[in-house]
Amino acid sequence: MTGTAETFDEMFDPTGEVRSGYADYCVWYDEQEVDLLRRKHKEAEASFRRTGITFNVYGEHDAEERLIPFDMVPRIITAREWRRLTRGIEQRVSALNAFIHDLYHRQEIIRSGRVPQRLFAGNEAWLANMVGFTPPGGVYTHIVGIDLVRTGPDDFFVLEDNARTPSGVSYMLENRETMMAMFPELFTRVPVATVSDYPRRLARSLAACAPKMTTGKPTLAVLTPGIYNSAYYEHAFLADQMGAELVEGCDLRVVNGRVAMRTTMGYEPIDVLYRRVDDEFLDPLTFNPDSVLGVPGIMDVYRSGGITIANAPGTGIADDKAIYSFMPEIVEFYTGEKPLLPNVETHRCADPESLKYVLDNLEELVVKEVHGSGGYGMLIGPTASKKEIRHFRHKLEAKPENYIAQPTLALSTCPIFTNKGLSPRHLDLRPFVLVSPDNVEIVPGGLTRVALKKGSLVVNSSQGGGTKDTWVLKD
Amino acid sequence: MDRHMLGRTANGLFWMFRYLERVENTARLIDAAQRMALTRDIVSAAEEWRSVIETLGQRVAYESKHGTYTGVQAWNFLLRDRDNPANLHALMRSVRTNARAVRTAISSELWTAINESWMEIDDALSRPIAQSNLGDVIKLIKRAGTLAHGAVANSMLRDAGFNFARAGTFVERADSTARVLDMKYYLLLPSVSYVGSSLDAGQWDQLLRSVSGDRAFRWLNAGKADARGIVEFLILDERFPRSLAYSYSLLRQNLTTLSRLHGTEGRASELIRDSATALADLTIDAVFDEGLHQFLTGFQRRNAEIGNAIAEDYRFLA
Repeated sequence: MTGTAETFDEMFDPTGEVRSGYADYCVWYDEQEVDLLRRKHKEAEASFRRTGITFNVYGEHDAEERLIPFDMVPRIITAREWRRLTRGIEQRVSALNAFIHDLYHRQEIIRSGRVPQRLFAGNEAWLANMVGFTPPGGVYTHIVGIDLVRTGPDDFFVLEDNARTPSGVSYMLENRETMMAMFPELFTRVPVATVSDYPRRLARSLAACAPKMTTGKPTLAVLTPGIYNSAYYEHAFLADQMGAELVEGCDLRVVNGRVAMRTTMGYEPIDVLYRRVDDEFLDPLTFNPDSVLGVPGIMDVYRSGGITIANAPGTGIADDKAIYSFMPEIVEFYTGEKPLLPNVETHRCADPESLKYVLDNLEELVVKEVHGSGGYGMLIGPTASKKEIRHFRHKLEAKPENYIAQPTLALSTCPIFTNKGLSPRHLDLRPFVLVSPDNVEIVPGGLTRVALKKGSLVVNSSQGGGTKDTWVLKD
Repeated sequence: MDRHMLGRTANGLFWMFRYLERVENTARLIDAAQRMALTRDIVSAAEEWRSVIETLGQRVAYESKHGTYTGVQAWNFLLRDRDNPANLHALMRSVRTNARAVRTAISSELWTAINESWMEIDDALSRPIAQSNLGDVIKLIKRAGTLAHGAVANSMLRDAGFNFARAGTFVERADSTARVLDMKYYLLLPSVSYVGSSLDAGQWDQLLRSVSGDRAFRWLNAGKADARGIVEFLILDERFPRSLAYSYSLLRQNLTTLSRLHGTEGRASELIRDSATALADLTIDAVFDEGLHQFLTGFQRRNAEIGNAIAEDYRFLA
């Protein structure tokens, strides 16, 4: 699908005029020599390589480290737009947290009939071990990434909630560092809100959720699956920036009822574990017995109040796309307010009438697996071949409850820098939200993912997407 | 006192610097042998390469692949041949992998230095190395060591991590100098018994070059070269940064600092205290009385023991 007349461009209005948020940037851009920009573009890539900002891809031989392409044209959000988004995101994240708590306690929302029981009964992301347990500070979703798309001046939609282990925040920070190093003068001309205190805020927010038994300054650790994990760079980056220890499963064991790490002096207890390992691998005694990435017995320590795990086990249920389809009801149920940020219209294929509609309109819809992520296992009707559509039709008929469908949105575009100058590409936005017992905060910025292929609507880095620096303008 | 670092991290730092030292030492040996071979007939040149490969413990691997010793085969084998488990490319990859695993315990200057060096060396060693570009490749590799050690000196916090890194450097360096000396002992030994006899100038020059000690030795000895003098220089001269005495004097400092930071003294500290003291009291006559080869093999064995004791004392492994 290519940008049509209806596609909203972030930089230019339909008459070709620069929108207000981009005015200062475009004045600067017009003063630049294109050759110089080309050179800077190459330099940026070299600098990412030198710094080792890479993600791992598993090929035929060794794991290969690749760069996520970086585009040097920023995505700009005005202060007014940001205020609106912030309010909507805060509302949504508060509701998500309340919803997860409710699911593991009285299940009021199910009793009230707003959400059907079948959504989580038998859902692998729902953890029976969490029933009746409240995590320290009552926080489940310490870190959330909300994926937003835009279709018009005031039309932002939530495409996905990432409450399991949202990634990408290191790109938000490194992209900014790169932009400031390449074009320092831009930041004296455009008032851009700072994002660099994210790690400090994250550390503070996690520390605020330390278990009650913690005395003194809480010991924080980031749990990584190790150097071959695709997001290892980010794990190391965040640990480093927070001054936290970067640990692997093999460093940890349960000692005297605490989760402790093996230091050069012996085992020392950890208070808050920011884990970047999925629930399934967290505790071989409770979940996957073959896991070597986790800590045997950590769930017992957790349930007895000896450690805080962020995000809490069992929050992944909120990422489920079938649950997503109920978010408007969920927000209203827990906040008593209408959702400020709308969902994308979603057809649940479990419902026979919706299924019929979806099957009749496959060519126009995007179909997603309810448990899928990373842009895998989905059908984009308008660009799919007849064969792909036929294939999906069979899958849908066989297991309709595994799928949801959404209209193909005309995602907004923003220009990227190409050898031929600026050229529009579709993009989305993932702001990062921190939740502590008495506070929800959102760093003014986020991860903007951009499809580098002209007309493509898939922005995932695993599928050839790139990133941009995201600027939120100060008032 | 802050919290202690992870045992796994200490292990990573220790080995990152052992591998880096091994990378540099391999490059030095190739460099010296290449120079030597240039001035020799084919038979002695082949003998030279054989002894380098022997020193690095890869004779079996080499001979199962090549029937003869030639320069171009030898340095490609040492630098980039996957059939050689200790090829320099693989060693440098280990340096970088360890650096990546301990990323949070090293400065960004050090990480960038290692990562950039790896990218350059990885590229340079992606093709067979001809004689005409061997010099450039060796220079690149030596610079990797210089950059990394410079970054350590300038940017690393003087905490336990620094001392584990340095301990790795000196354990490996002591081992390497002892090996290189041992490789030549049969050349050195007969000549010491003849008072005033001088070695084949090319041979002792090559030996000193293998540890980058030729210029320092000439400076200190005003051009006079005898086997006893060279052995004394490489074993006992604390002014020379690759001598056994220097390596142990610094290793002792590092291990003493680690004991202090941990508030407890382990077996490694005991061992280094005994070894460093013995080395300080040692005379060159005593070395030759014991027998150079016996002394060097005994030293290497005790050195390996110190390495193992460090790993145990500081819980490198679960």
